[in-house]
Amino acid sequence: MADAQVLTHRLRDALESLDRPRIEELFRLAVGRQAPLQVIENLIVPALVEIGEAWADGRVALSQVYMSSRICEELVARLLPPSVPVRKGQLRQAIAVLGDYHLLGKRIVLSVLRASGFDILDYGRMEADELVDRALADDLQILLISVLMLPSALKVREVRAAFEERRRPIRIGVGGAPFLFDDGLWREVGADAMGRNAADGIAMVRRWAGEVSS
Amino acid sequence: MTPQQRVQAAMAHRQPDRVPVFLLATMHGAKELGLGIREYFSRAEHVIEGQLRLQAKYRGDCVSASFYSALEAEAFGCETMFIEDGPPNCAGPVLRRDEDIDRLRPPRVIETPGLLRVLEAIRGLKERLGGRLPILGSAIAPFSLPVMQMGFARYIELIYEQPRRLARLMAVNRRFCVAWANAQLAAGATAVGYADPVSSTTIVPRDLYLRTGHRVATSTLARIKGPTAYHLASGRGLPIARDIAATGAVAVGVSALDDLAAWKAAVGDRVTLVGNLNGVAMRRWTAADAEGEVKRAIAAAGRGGGFILADSHGEVPWQVPDEVLLAIRAAVERWGRYPLDWTGG
Repeated sequence: MADAQVLTHRLRDALESLDRPRIEELFRLAVGRQAPLQVIENLIVPALVEIGEAWADGRVALSQVYMSSRICEELVARLLPPSVPVRKGQLRQAIAVLGDYHLLGKRIVLSVLRASGFDILDYGRMEADELVDRALADDLQILLISVLMLPSALKVREVRAAFEERRRPIRIGVGGAPFLFDDGLWREVGADAMGRNAADGIAMVRRWAGEVSS
Repeated sequence: MTPQQRVQAAMAHRQPDRVPVFLLATMHGAKELGLGIREYFSRAEHVIEGQLRLQAKYRGDCVSASFYSALEAEAFGCETMFIEDGPPNCAGPVLRRDEDIDRLRPPRVIETPGLLRVLEAIRGLKERLGGRLPILGSAIAPFSLPVMQMGFARYIELIYEQPRRLARLMAVNRRFCVAWANAQLAAGATAVGYADPVSSTTIVPRDLYLRTGHRVATSTLARIKGPTAYHLASGRGLPIARDIAATGAVAVGVSALDDLAAWKAAVGDRVTLVGNLNGVAMRRWTAADAEGEVKRAIAAAGRGGGFILADSHGEVPWQVPDEVLLAIRAAVERWGRYPLDWTGG
């Protein structure tokens, strides 16, 4: 197994068990060997992706995903202060909780995306009308929507309809429990993609950034 | 057999005449009465009448006296936000700072109007039904209530980082949970659902559960003076199936994400399994889908009793139409008659 993979697995294990001294040790080791961007790309993102996939398969718990993402967000903030140029030139993107009051999923995706070097606006919790107005005002290209309850998931339709009415091609990515329990729901409500975990959020945002730049 | 006898037989791990079915449509009663959800839950008589009409329509084997989860957070001072097409939400944390836990006191059931409405509904249902149908109450586990009391993210941080404050919060919540569950039993509830989604392995790993939620559950359930059903509210639980069976609960709700047959193999006749129809997907089921899902669940866990067919969350979504619930009920009638020879067991 390549060194980078070994380091990734070790970091994943340390994150899952919240072994902070070990996390710091592995982080220092990586920073000593690689440039900040490489540490993010080759170590932190793969570790978070592995943890996200393990959650989707039921092998790790949400509490571990949340604490891991929070720790990684701190590590990346140390590597990449907001003024570093690598954060510039990304698509205009935001994340929101639609309708309901369950904020944890959004918080995790936000942390994972920021830990992966993405700039993303945090809209907090909003109703559909407010979310549409804010997305249009910010001229978004990507809107990620997190929900926990089925009625909230169904409100994504209203957001999509409002964007279409105004002929604004904003990509909508959705995530949350209703979409996990009904794998056809994201298409039904007019989303462009569904994420089963925070790692899918990274893939989604990267794919759309690639499509726009090409 | 009456529904009560059917459920009792199943829970004693004997074969009743057919598989019992719980269609836990807590909000659908509002549709029956032509009321909005907020208005429906504002009076006990609405819920009594709603549950009786639903039972007459679906012919389920219980009635539910549950209103909505945020009611228990209301008792601690949280504000409830109602929506027109789903369960009310807790609008924000009442424990805004971690230090607030140090001063927290358990609210008294008799001083909380919302809880008193539930007790009134239980008494009314008991009066109308006698002992013919089980009446289900519900209480949120001390380990899960903090999601509403302080917000999910802060609560996870508390679990990992502040064990002393966690212990204090659990002590307060346990006193409230025990008092609330016992009040429902005293009012006439047959059993109380112990809703503990945070203990699911979807939310916390097993080793953490054994140090936290499991201990809380064991000590709480021991103080509740009647049967309890442990519910993970759609969260996965198979890795902790035997642990849950050891808490003292007599039944457990199984997630649609878990394998019912594997659960049955894991717990044997120690607890009755309740589940595991997918409530979210149910919204779009055809009659054939409903029949297929009912057959799958019965084939997985029905043999020998110890099984009650239900949705996997403990609450059927508002969006699930009558046609689907009636199709489920018809499929139970067709495929749920013991001895279930068609399952090949």
